[in-house]
Order: sequence, then C-alpha cells, then structure tokens
Amino acid sequence: MAAVLAPDEPIAPTPAALMRRRALGHAGLLIGAGVLAAIILMAFAAPLIAPHDPYAQDLGRRLIPPLWHDAGDWAHPLGTDMLGRDYLSRLIYGSRISLLIGFSVMLLSGLIGTALGITAGYFGGKVDLVVTYFITVRLALPAILVALAVVALVGSSLWLVILVLSLLRWDRFAVVMRSATLQVRGLDYVQAAKAVGCSTPRIILGEILPNVANSLVVVATLEMAAAILLEAALSFLGLGVQPPLPSWGLMISEAKSYMFFSAWLITIPGAALFALVLAINLLGDGVRDVTEPEGRN
Amino acid sequence: MLAFALKRGLLALLVALTVSLVCFFLVHLSTDIAVAMAGEGARAEDIEFIRKQYGFDRPLAVQYAEWLGRAARGEFGDSLYFRTPVAAIVWQRLPVTLTLGAYAILIALGLSIPLGVLAAMRPNSWLDRLALTIAVVGQAMPSFWFALLLMLLFGVTLGWLPISGSDTQAHFVLPAIALAYFAAPAIMRLTRSGMLEVLASDYIRTARAKGLRPMAVLFKHALRNAVIPVVALAAVQLGFMLGGSVVIETVFALNGLGYLAWEAILHNDFPVVQAIVLLIALIYIVLTFLADLANGWLDPRIRMG
Repeated sequence: MAAVLAPDEPIAPTPAALMRRRALGHAGLLIGAGVLAAIILMAFAAPLIAPHDPYAQDLGRRLIPPLWHDAGDWAHPLGTDMLGRDYLSRLIYGSRISLLIGFSVMLLSGLIGTALGITAGYFGGKVDLVVTYFITVRLALPAILVALAVVALVGSSLWLVILVLSLLRWDRFAVVMRSATLQVRGLDYVQAAKAVGCSTPRIILGEILPNVANSLVVVATLEMAAAILLEAALSFLGLGVQPPLPSWGLMISEAKSYMFFSAWLITIPGAALFALVLAINLLGDGVRDVTEPEGRN
Repeated sequence: MLAFALKRGLLALLVALTVSLVCFFLVHLSTDIAVAMAGEGARAEDIEFIRKQYGFDRPLAVQYAEWLGRAARGEFGDSLYFRTPVAAIVWQRLPVTLTLGAYAILIALGLSIPLGVLAAMRPNSWLDRLALTIAVVGQAMPSFWFALLLMLLFGVTLGWLPISGSDTQAHFVLPAIALAYFAAPAIMRLTRSGMLEVLASDYIRTARAKGLRPMAVLFKHALRNAVIPVVALAAVQLGFMLGGSVVIETVFALNGLGYLAWEAILHNDFPVVQAIVLLIALIYIVLTFLADLANGWLDPRIRMG
C-alpha cells in the first residue's frame, strides 16, 4: 500500500484510490473483516485445527472446565460438555453451520428481495404498488413464529431452515433496492441507455444493478448477521438444526440445564456467535461509511 | 385527514385479510393435518375418520372461508393439546405478553431517545461513542444469550431478581430488559440521525440566534421534529417484540403468548399456533396503522404524499 502514501500521488486521486484509502483508515471495517476472515478460515480448516472429533463422546470425562479454571485440562482447552465431547472442537465445527446458514440465506433472500425491489423501483406504478403490498404483508407476519411453526410441521433439517429463513427475510433487500433504484432510474445514463435502445434486462443488469451495488452489499451483511442470529434462536428453541450437529445455538440450548454450575458451557458458544455477528455488522457499517462518506451521520 | 385515515384503514384491512390467508395455508400446505392429529402409529382408518370428522376432506377454499368466518367472531375451535377453547387460553395469556411488551418498549424508549439526543448534541464525543458502542453491541447480541447472561448475573450471582415464572411484577424485569435491548439500537440510531439533521436546519439556527435557552431549542423545537420517524419505528419495533417474545418468554418461562406459541408448536397444536400468529400480525397491523395516523397528524406533508 506504499503507492497510496507516495509523495508523487496525483492531486486528484481516482475514486477507487480514495475508497481504498478510506477503507484502510477505517478501524471498524478492518477489525470486522479480520475477524470474519479468521472465522471463515477456521471453518475451512476445521478438520486440521480441531483437536478432537466433535462428535466423539467420552462419558468418563464429562463437564471438564476450560483451562482458566483450576480443574482445567490441556487435552481439552475449552473443556468438555455433558456428554464428554471436546468443546473447542465443537465450537470450531459450529462455525461451519453458522457461516453456511448466513451465506445461503443471504444469497437466496438477496436474490428474491433484489429482484422484487429493482422491479418495483424501475417500473413504478402498479408493479410498485403490488410489490410494496407484498412487503407490507411480509412485515406483518412474525418471522420467528412462522419459521418455528413451519419447521415444526415439516420436520426440521438444515436445508429447510435455510429455505424458510430465505423466504421470510427478503423484505429488507426489497425495501432498500426499491428506493435505491428509484434514485438512479431517472439519471442521465439510464435515460441514455433507454434512448439508444437497450433492452430492459440489459438496462437493469448493466446500468441499475452496478449503481445500487453499494447499498446491496450493506444490506447483505445486515441480513447475513440476522440469519445467523435467527438460526441460533431456532436451534436454541429446539426447532432448528438438530443434534448432534454442533450449531452454536444448539450448544447453548443443550447446556441450559447445566449453566448454573458450568456457566462456560453457555458463555463460550454465545461469545462466538456474538463475535461473528459483530464482525459482520462492523464490516457492513464500514462498507457503508467508505462507499458513501457523506451519509456517515 | 379523514380521507387519509380511510385510505390507510382500507389498506390495513386488506393486509389483514392476506395475512389470514397466509396463516391458514401455511399450516395446511406444510403438513397433512389429519396425520399430525392422529399421532404416530395411527391406523389408516383413524386418519380417515379424523379427516371426515373435522372436514379436512373438503376443498381448502371452503375450509378457509369457514375458518375465517369463525376467526372473525373470535372462535378458533378447541386446542388439540390443552383440550379447551383456543380463544380462552389466548385471552388468558395475552395480558402477560402485553405487559412485557409495554415494559420493554418503555425501557427501550427511555434508554435510546435520551442517548440518541445526547449523542447528536456532541457528535464524535465520548458520549456519542458510548452510545454507538451500546447500539453495536446490542445489535450483535443473540437475544436468548443476553437473557441467559442476565439470569446468571442478576438471578444467580447477585440473587436480586427471580428468573423463572410470571407471578409478580419483579418477574417481568429481566425479560423486559432483554427484550428492550433487542429494540433499543435501531431507535437510538434513528433518534441520533434525525436530531443531527434537524439541528443543522435553518429554524434551529434562528431559534438559537434569537437567544432561546439551549434546552428549549433541543427539546421543544428539535426533538419534536426528529421524533416523528421514531414514532413509526417504535410501533414497528413493538410489533417485532411481540413476535420475538417467543424466545424471551421461553427462556424465562414467562406464561405469555410467546411461551404458549412454543408449547403449541412443540405439540403440533396448530389451531393455537394459527390463532397466535394471526393475533400478533393483527396487533402489528393496528400498531402501524395508528403510527401512520399519528405521523399524518404530526406532519401534514405525509397526508398529502
């Protein structure tokens, strides 16, 4: 990054260079991106770094406390749970589930919401009314209750949780994409594209989408964080990911009845969830600050 | 104003109808109800008998019309698990959830509006940073985990408050705090950004220039305008809280609608589930309708738009 600081920098740097400079000076963005990258790395390298099999039970070695307690054991740095499974290994593998849910729901709900939002914003009129009506109805439905009910009726599985959350969480994408599209659709370059006879799909994909991409990234991070929290809540209530999968929400749920004597069983997976969601939110806030510095307040 | 109210009322009614449609079909398309009611290991004749007995063999549209007609009169049939009329249990549990929601929104507003105003008064001060940190932490905290931590700290370590049940007002303190922290960040951010915008406007400069006391400028002139979008958001957040109460009430075994919903969902008691989802959606629709009216009344520009 020496080039950015070099004295022979032109007087008016390119927008990309400006953005890079702002990003590198933004503490929240750097911390968020760093922590998220570390967790993603942990998820990919889980088989290499996990000290034990996350499913292997050892009933003779149940509820060993973590290292910072006097009774800690180096073989199990974060202790073991009520079935004697290594807590660190379960925590490491748990990151895979949170990230899988976060990314899948973000992509799927993003696809639905962005399509609806851009269509409403671009065409306006009756189309806009219909989409806005859908958004209003969706917001009136209590998402977590509906998700719980459907998962319970259909029978819970990881993929069903992803599908249900995606079908419930497209509203913010639609709202933001709709207003972002409204702002750019009257601009000169869109009119120019229309005037030279570009097809509607080409205008939407080639002119509108790139110019609303900043808002899209910000909503995507918010929605990924929300999906991770929702999965954790569903699993905590016993209607999300099913045992013995090491979902962080499920780990907290399983440890609930032991928490008064073994508080670490709930503080550790909760802290992991908190760190992941915080990192994603910091990244999203950072991207918003860097891409639209005038809107920082 | 009347035309505005009528238009909004009609829209709310339409949304309520659509929500009832979703509520009904959600259950009927997710599973075969007769099989779910018969339970595991039921014989085919028993399933057929239930199907006939409850009229599940008729077209869905007919069943929906009948269900809606009865729902409009407040009748939801009998609970499959509790074996009593659904309406009776729901009405019995509703006050607990409404009390919880009221406490939670009061705590959330009481915390986030003053913090938002103070943060906007001195942008980038330590106070602004503190307020922002509280918001960022609140948005990343899983609500059920925060509830468990509150239980551990105030219920177990300090022993100040009860952690389970709904017998006294003290039982509502921890759940209300947990639920409030879930709604506070959004309200605080909106108050702060609204105040920043208003404080930079011409009429505030005029008010200051003519020598009004700073507190009068802040609370009489600025907050009044900045609070308009906050009213709408608070209504929306209260609606979300009623939905989110399923998590918090389950953690604290607080005997409200949310806890009832969870019990009903676990036992495949779909008449209760349908009634609760519909009721919470209706409360949300009424709240946003009232917020719309309040906004239109506070800000005539919204009425015209």
